[in-house]
Amino acid sequence: MAAAELAPLVARLRAAVGDAHVVTHRHQLRTYESDGLLQYAVTPGAVVLPGSADEVRAVVRACFEAGVPFVARGAGSGLSGGALPVAGGVVIALSRMRRILEVDLPNQRVVVEPGVTNLEVSRAVAPTHFYPPDPSSQVVCTIGGNVAENAGGAHCLKYGFTTTYVTGAEAVLSDGTAVSLGGAEADRPGYDLLGTLVGSEGTLAVVTRVTLRVVPVPESIRTLVAFFATPQAAGEAVSAIVSAGVVPGAIEMMDNLAIRAAEPVAHAGFPLDAGAALLVELDGSRAEVERRFADVERFCAAAGAGEVRVARHEAERARFWKARKAAFAAMGRIAHAYLVQDGVIPRTRLPEVLARIQSLAGEYGLRVANVFHAGDGNLHPLVCYDAPEDAARAAELSARILDACLEAGGSITGEHGVGHDKKAHMPKQFAEADLAAFQKLRCAFDPHGLANPGKVMPTPRLCGEVPGRYRPHPLEEAGLAERF
Amino acid sequence: MPSASEAIAERLASGGAVRIAGAGTKANWGRPVDGLDPLPTAALDRVVAHEPGDFTAVLEAGVRLADAQAEFARAGQMLALDPPGDGATIGGVVAAADAGPLRHRYGTPRDVVIGVALALPDGTVARSGGRVIKNVAGYDLPKLACGSFGTLGVITEVCVRLHPRPQRTATAILRHDDPDRLQEIALDLSHRPLEAEALDVRWEGGQGALLARFAGAAAAERARAVASEVDADDEGLWAAQRDGQRGELVVRVSALPADLARVLRAAREHDASAVGRAGVGTIWLSLPAGAGAPDVLALRDRLAPRPCVVSDAPAAVRAAIDPWDVPEGPALELMRRVKARFDPHGTCNPGLFAGGI
Repeated sequence: MAAAELAPLVARLRAAVGDAHVVTHRHQLRTYESDGLLQYAVTPGAVVLPGSADEVRAVVRACFEAGVPFVARGAGSGLSGGALPVAGGVVIALSRMRRILEVDLPNQRVVVEPGVTNLEVSRAVAPTHFYPPDPSSQVVCTIGGNVAENAGGAHCLKYGFTTTYVTGAEAVLSDGTAVSLGGAEADRPGYDLLGTLVGSEGTLAVVTRVTLRVVPVPESIRTLVAFFATPQAAGEAVSAIVSAGVVPGAIEMMDNLAIRAAEPVAHAGFPLDAGAALLVELDGSRAEVERRFADVERFCAAAGAGEVRVARHEAERARFWKARKAAFAAMGRIAHAYLVQDGVIPRTRLPEVLARIQSLAGEYGLRVANVFHAGDGNLHPLVCYDAPEDAARAAELSARILDACLEAGGSITGEHGVGHDKKAHMPKQFAEADLAAFQKLRCAFDPHGLANPGKVMPTPRLCGEVPGRYRPHPLEEAGLAERF
Repeated sequence: MPSASEAIAERLASGGAVRIAGAGTKANWGRPVDGLDPLPTAALDRVVAHEPGDFTAVLEAGVRLADAQAEFARAGQMLALDPPGDGATIGGVVAAADAGPLRHRYGTPRDVVIGVALALPDGTVARSGGRVIKNVAGYDLPKLACGSFGTLGVITEVCVRLHPRPQRTATAILRHDDPDRLQEIALDLSHRPLEAEALDVRWEGGQGALLARFAGAAAAERARAVASEVDADDEGLWAAQRDGQRGELVVRVSALPADLARVLRAAREHDASAVGRAGVGTIWLSLPAGAGAPDVLALRDRLAPRPCVVSDAPAAVRAAIDPWDVPEGPALELMRRVKARFDPHGTCNPGLFAGGI
């Protein structure tokens, strides 16, 4: 849509939120043209920064009446192009809505606006409580974005995902209607529409207020890193630990390439010749953790760990984690560029999928570093390349790694989302009937397709005839007649 | 030959409203609707897969939960759902989002169901989620299926995540007959990093108790750290908690932990017994013989805005008042729109659910 056509809408947006909070200058718009996945860029028609739920309603209503699509955006740290603008559309940036509205510690609830960052929630309830989902971007990423993506992190196996901790949300539907889903209470009657909103990647509604559950900080945390000759050997240790009924707070693996990238940055003392590093963290009651930690050490040794290093104090634990969390950013030390993949496999298929990734890397003549959440089978292969002309080949290799995950019975995304980047892969994981069911849900929320169109679903679809308000079945009407 | 799931989808597509029937253990929940054609899920009786190494299983909807648990137990595993009613099918448990004391730590069906197959009235079978525990591809339709009471389609198959089955358990018991004191104790316990398997409350005849169940090698030691009274042979205790969720006239209050005293006082005044999840806030009140619709309305009045859902009740009570307690408003309108998209002709359990859905 040309700027001139957008002018009446822009005037309404300015009236709704104030001139200072509507961006239309071309070079300012460029700030918003990508999210964390920089290979895609689209310049939006306008960016609007509402400061309250009322303003979000007014903005969405104005877009609806103008028939202009909108994309909600938090910190823009997503890795699937989920916040990629629509050309000529409106970006609703929620970064001004960053108030913590309520801390109800007796009931272990925190109510926030969508622009509050993930880490701020834990800070608000420290030192007794914390908010478990911890994506690596937690310093900057927002709760609104976490809700959109159902953000995960390193502690999912034991603690679950964003959806496990969101008990309520207020949201604005694409026609500007405000709706309250869930609440502070845990088990409310009616469809779990909140459960479908979480992870819907901004395609169902714009969230304006979120109620989160927080949990007590564990009594004890013990962390170790074990080094193995191969990722396969480390995988055996993971199997032994999990099969014994131990549910670690986190269990993370890095292969040799990832270790070599991260060590010079993190100075964690990881041996550069180790084939794999396995970071295992147990948390919980002291009595239970102590018993289980000894088991974990034994399982690592039995699987052939050359060395097992137990964190002696918090500083050492922090260094172990720094090595793990630095791995992505540190890849720049060993390659000019890389693509982060996010696939999932059933955990027991790990050895064969790792072998497959290795053989694919050989076939393409590219290096692939592996960093992953080993307990839940969530792989993050990092496909490295140096020359710009290798980018397309790297993308192809990355896509074939996803195919390998699907062949093993897995998923194309464990935490980064489908967004724009992976929508073409959706038909490999889901049949037409499955996609049609997704579309039914989408049409119930957003029949005009204005909320973040062009994401998640592989091809644009129209909602067709709105069936209208649900009409009671004649039998039901007969039943109702007796009721009152 | 069509699969059992496809046969059900075909039946739905052929038109004519149906009442989906598992084991029938919750047949007296929801609005009473007569004259529907029963659609049994009994033919869906296979454990399709159990992958002990991955802690996952795929179950057809008609599999009895107890039978599945027996199979998982042989591998030292469990599906962390312990609702009352041993005969219940997994499809019924998921459709009703039913859960027992393990809810404290492991949640409800929404937290353990990772994939679902839905036979839809358009004649298709739609799968969503998958067989891996971490998965954000596509909309989370398993969440929509959990607690949908069969009103969007027939759940024909579910994939679930499993947990290690604890070998040892022990329960700390803290008794008190003052609702305020019970709430204080409950809040204190839920604010300590105990990692209890369950944290329940019980109230009967003016006397109450909190029950904190621990599992694992150090279970007894951890229970003793909480209370002087410890039961290490605690199966009966927890069976009673589960049974307390069922009765002649039962109201489930979706409250918050800091509402506990208020809910227990309501129980006392209505001469009701109560069981529930003290750390979550969800409490079941079992009303005495002779109680009826006016008592339910009085409870709702008293406990507003906390939703009070009538679960077990004679048909006359469920006909006289809306059992669901979902207010008219944008959320209910959105639920109706979802119903209209999935089941436009009202084929699946019409009229049973909130708002006449």
